[in-house]
Amino acid sequence: TALILTSYYILSKHFYLPANYKNVQCTPVCKQRQHAKSNKTRTSFCHACFVTHGILIFCRLIKGHEARNYDYTIYHPLAEISTWMGQMVSENPDVVTLVDYGSTYENRTISLLKIGLKSDVTKKAVWMDCGIHAREWISPAFCQYFVKEILRTYKTDSKVEELLKNLDFYITPVLNVDGYLYTWKDNTTRLWRKTRSPGTDGCDCIGTDLNRNFEANWGMVGVSQNCCSNVYPGFKALSEAEARSVVDFVEPRKNDIVCFFTIHSYGQLILFPYGHPNVTAPNYNELAEISQAAAKAIKAVHGMTYTVGSFAEALYPAAGSSMDWARLIGIPFAFTFELRDEGSFELPENQILPTCEETYAGVHSVITYVHNKIFYSAAITASATLWTTLLATWFSCTFFS
Amino acid sequence: MPVEELDPSHYPATRAAKVAEHFINTRYGSPFAWFGSSGVKKAGLEDMGVLGTKYHIEFTLKEMTRNVKSSVILYDMGLCSAEVLFHRADERKPPQVQCTCSGAFQVNTSAEEEDLYQRLRNATSLLSGNSVGHIDPEMAPFWHLGGVASSFIMLRESNESTLLNMAHIDNFTQMTKDAQLMFQYDILLHDMVSQEILKWKLLLSWSPDGGVKVLEAEWDPKCRSCERAHLTVTTGIAAEQEMKGDNNNV
Repeated sequence: TALILTSYYILSKHFYLPANYKNVQCTPVCKQRQHAKSNKTRTSFCHACFVTHGILIFCRLIKGHEARNYDYTIYHPLAEISTWMGQMVSENPDVVTLVDYGSTYENRTISLLKIGLKSDVTKKAVWMDCGIHAREWISPAFCQYFVKEILRTYKTDSKVEELLKNLDFYITPVLNVDGYLYTWKDNTTRLWRKTRSPGTDGCDCIGTDLNRNFEANWGMVGVSQNCCSNVYPGFKALSEAEARSVVDFVEPRKNDIVCFFTIHSYGQLILFPYGHPNVTAPNYNELAEISQAAAKAIKAVHGMTYTVGSFAEALYPAAGSSMDWARLIGIPFAFTFELRDEGSFELPENQILPTCEETYAGVHSVITYVHNKIFYSAAITASATLWTTLLATWFSCTFFS
Repeated sequence: MPVEELDPSHYPATRAAKVAEHFINTRYGSPFAWFGSSGVKKAGLEDMGVLGTKYHIEFTLKEMTRNVKSSVILYDMGLCSAEVLFHRADERKPPQVQCTCSGAFQVNTSAEEEDLYQRLRNATSLLSGNSVGHIDPEMAPFWHLGGVASSFIMLRESNESTLLNMAHIDNFTQMTKDAQLMFQYDILLHDMVSQEILKWKLLLSWSPDGGVKVLEAEWDPKCRSCERAHLTVTTGIAAEQEMKGDNNNV
C-alpha cells in the first residue's frame, strides 16, 4: 500500500494522466505534457502514461480522489464530475447539498449543487445550468469553476459571503448528461449537440435540441421539423426528460428564483430574452444595461470582447429556449452566456482558466446587480419612506401647531 | 442607394464581418497568420435591388495564432472597412467582398514560414496528423493552415443566413515535398445558424511565396451527424435554406 500511495503521490505531481481511460489511444493531453522530439520517446511516454493511469485509477478507487487536487484547467468526463460533486458536498457540508432532480432519456440522474448559507426563511435563488448542448465542453468546466470559486472565497470575501447568505445557488454542471457522455465516446462523436432520444414518426435520426424544447413559443422560429436537424425542437414541447426535469424543479420555485443563467459556447456573447424576434421583454433596457456591465467586467479580466444583445437580435431568431421560458414564467433576469472562443467548440485546455476567470467576473457582476437591487434598494426605499414621513410629520407639526 | 444604419452588435452585421474575415484569410492567411474579426464598430445595409444586398462594415481585426502560453490571444491589427455584397438568394453566387485594413498585415511571419517550409521540404517523411482538436503546440501551424484553407470554402458557401467557422480537423496529410507543398485535409465546418456540421475534404497547396491555395474541395454528405439534408430552418428572413448536394471544385 505504501508503495502504491507513494507512486500515486509522485505520479500525480509530475504527470497528467488521461482522464478517459476507456480511450485506448494515447490521448492528446498525454501528448501535451511531453515535449520530447522523437516519436519513440513519445510512444514510450504514452505507454508509461497509460500504465500509470491504470495504477492511479486503482488508487483512486481505494483512496478516493481529493477535490483539493481537482484540476479545473482540464476537461473532465462525466464520472469525474459526478465524483467531484459528491466531494463538494463532503468538503462543504454546511453550505452545499446535492439534489437529484431528474433523469435523462437513457435514465441517468440529473443533479445540481445547492449552495448557500442555511436560513430559516425561504431564500431567493439563482439558477445556473451548464452543458445543455453536449459539445460545449467549456460550459460544464465553467460551472465547476464557479462552484469552486464561491466556495473558496465566501469565508474571506464578505461580498461573496453576503451573496451566499441572502441567496441560494442552484448549479447544474451537466444538464444534457447523455449527450455529454456521448461526446466523450470517440472522435466521431465529439461534436454532438442534442439529447440521445430516438426520432419519432418514422424519422430515424437521434436527438432533440434541448434549447428548442421548452414551452416558449415552441416550434415557431429557428427550428427544423426534420428530426435529423441539429435544431430539431422535439415532436412536442417538453418531449425531453431533461427539459421536463428543469421545469419540474424551477417552476415551483419561480417566485424565489431571481436570476437564471444558461451557459453555452461558442461565440463570446451575452444574450438576454427573447429568442423570438417579435417578443420584447418588458425590462429589455435593464437587461441590456446589466449585460453591458457584465461584458465590461469580462473585458477587464483578459481583454476579451463579448457582444451583447437580445438572443434574437445578436445571434439568430430561435424559440423554445430555456432562457425564454424562464423569462416567460416571470423570472426577471435571465441570460445566455456564450463563452470562448469565436470559432470552435474545442477550446484548447490552456484557455479554460482564463475563460472561467472572465466569465466568473461577468456572472458575478450580474448577480451583484440583482442581489443589490433586491436587498439594498428595498432598504433604500424603506429609509426614504421613513425620512419622508418624518419630514412630513415635522412640517405639519411646525405649521399646524 | 441609401445606406440604412445597422446595429453593429446584431447578427446581420456580424455575419457580414465573418464573410470579410474569410476573405482576408484567403488573401493573407498562412500557417502563422490567421485572422478574425474582434468586433464590428459600424455597419450599414444598402439594398442593391436586383444585385442583392450590400453590407458596409467597419470592424477590428485580430490575428489568432499569437496564442503562446495561455490567456490572451488578441493581437490587434487595427481597423478594417469592408463591403460585402450578398447576391440574391436564388442566384447562389458566393458573396463579393472588398476590404481594406488600416496598418494591418504588419505581421512579419516570413521567418517562421520559411523555417516551417524548409523543415517540411527537407524532412525524411511526409507529415500527417489527426484529430487535431486539442491543439498540440507543435501542430498549431497545421491547424491554422486548415483554418485558412477552410476560409476559401466558407467564403464561397456563405450567405446572409449562415455563420461559418472551422470546427475541427479530422486529419491532414502532406502529399508532396515539392516547391508547392500539398496537403489533404479532412475538416468539419460549423454553421452557427443551422448548427450543422459540414464535412469537407480539401486539397491545398502552400509555400511562403505562393501563399495558401485550395486546389480541390469536396463535400462529404455521408456522415450522419454531419448531415446536410434538405432542411428548412424557419429563420423568418429567408424562406428556405436549401443545401447543395453536388461535389464542388474551387
